[in-house]
Amino acid sequence: MDDLRELYQEVILDHNQNPQNFGRLEAATHSGDGYNPLCGDRLSLTLDVRGDSVNDIRFSGSGCAISKASASIMTTVVKGKTVVETESLFDAFHKLVTTGDAGDGELGKLAVMAGVHKYPVRVKCATLAWHTLKNCLSGKNEVAKTE
Amino acid sequence: MTETATLEPPAARTLPLDVESTRNDFPIFRNRSVENPFTYLDNAATSQTPRQVVDAVEAYYTQYNANVHRSIYAAGEEATEAYESARERVGSFIGAGDSHAVVFTRGTTEAINLVAYAWGRLNLREGDEILLTEMEHHSNLVPWQLTAQQAGASLRFIVEACFSEKTRIVSVIHQSNVFGTINNVHKITSLAKSVGAVTLIDAAQSVPHLHTDVSALDCDFLAFSGHKMLGPTGVGMLCGRTELLDQMEPFLAGGEMIRTVSLDSSTWNDVPWKFEAGTPNIAQAIGLGAAVDYLSHLGMETIHRHEAAVTEYALEKLEEMPEVTIYGSAPERGGVVAFNVDGVHPHDLSQLLDRDGIAVRAGHHCAQPIMDKLNVSATARASFYLYNDFDDVDRLTESIASSLEFMS
Ligand SMILES: Cc1ncc(COP(=O)(O)O)c(C=O)c1O
Repeated sequence: MDDLRELYQEVILDHNQNPQNFGRLEAATHSGDGYNPLCGDRLSLTLDVRGDSVNDIRFSGSGCAISKASASIMTTVVKGKTVVETESLFDAFHKLVTTGDAGDGELGKLAVMAGVHKYPVRVKCATLAWHTLKNCLSGKNEVAKTE
Repeated sequence: MTETATLEPPAARTLPLDVESTRNDFPIFRNRSVENPFTYLDNAATSQTPRQVVDAVEAYYTQYNANVHRSIYAAGEEATEAYESARERVGSFIGAGDSHAVVFTRGTTEAINLVAYAWGRLNLREGDEILLTEMEHHSNLVPWQLTAQQAGASLRFIVEACFSEKTRIVSVIHQSNVFGTINNVHKITSLAKSVGAVTLIDAAQSVPHLHTDVSALDCDFLAFSGHKMLGPTGVGMLCGRTELLDQMEPFLAGGEMIRTVSLDSSTWNDVPWKFEAGTPNIAQAIGLGAAVDYLSHLGMETIHRHEAAVTEYALEKLEEMPEVTIYGSAPERGGVVAFNVDGVHPHDLSQLLDRDGIAVRAGHHCAQPIMDKLNVSATARASFYLYNDFDDVDRLTESIASSLEFMS
């Protein structure tokens, strides 16, 4: 199972078992849901955006280790970032999980998700949280779907 | 059997089928090795294809490739004969009698859509009711939603509603593709009859595994797919009462299904060709004919006993694992086991099992309403067929154990 360790890094397993920022914010300025119709994964985000920065964020839902860890790591990374910064992270992350290209270091600890690019069917698991975040921040009220 | 007898190791039990020689008929298993194993446990999704079926398809393409019903030369006649002979054999495999017609379709989905559209348009009116179960595959739910909307009819589910004079059609799954539950469809068809309703049985999961006799089931329509019963993809069948099919207008229109065509109007060919517009999946139909020959040769009763033994062993082994939850406990069940493993999401499980060459399904299995009702978003599912044995079950449970270790 060694090559699978590349996908399921220790950090990912840790976040899966002890997800960070799990739950809901009572006083959210933004919220949104993500749904993966193919596998039934569901995810909800609540955000507290002040000015143009993400002051706080929580996620809840059910999904596989990849989608849960990706959501958990995402919440820790975007906290404190500006909306524009999260948009640029979205693009860099998308490139990472589809090509394995980690760019010039901007991704930081998100780089542990690089292994996903070798498993095309798991890309949608890794990106569900990010699509949901993008929809939330752009004020779209639709359910984000990855398929 | 005593308690200890049921716990005997698999070596001490015998299976009705000789799996080793059966597997030899399947190129996909012969091409694998101990280092590169393939434990295929996703038979409810699609089955593997024996050499005999591949050969039949190949013979068509290499020896008499021609269109059917219209070519006046030797190859065309041979193709027509092979296609019609396949229809005959598949029909008799499910016990179709003189009052039945058997229509080749692309699969179960198309067969159900055909009835929902062509029968529905003719017979459903505002206020009528369509009766289903809550465990239908999406393909026996969504077509009825569309039909109901158009006719102003409504959907009812057997759990909450009963048969009434408003019930016009009862369309039910024979064997659940999620839990393996075998529904008592005979009881359902007789209840339906008592209120004058028409019946359709979604037999996608039963015809491949259970001896099926449409006359005994006493249904009006029966739908199934070739690719789940050792046949090629792209072919399936709708078996229906000729009397009903005769009354219905066509589903698809074009060549083959007409008798006369003028610029303004046309008349229809006889059933079943009336429902086979355009060039059919000729090679696939011929392949399905070879698949039912193969199944008949082994014997459906034997196949059923074989799968029942493997399934019983799988249930025992999985129940022994404290981390495993099994969904569905119907006393009458087929070789389908839906389960979850604590702490390992089914998608992760399926990815980890794949490392050991084990293929299981993970997801909602195209039956979202029943999954929502159980409040699970996804399960893993192992489903067995005639080439699976006790060793496959042992490999599955060992790999589940190592997946648990991996994820912790
Ligand atoms: C119970 C049931 N009905 C219908 C279908 C649809 O069959 P097909 O996709 O071959 O049309 C399936 C297959 O997944 C099934 O399991």
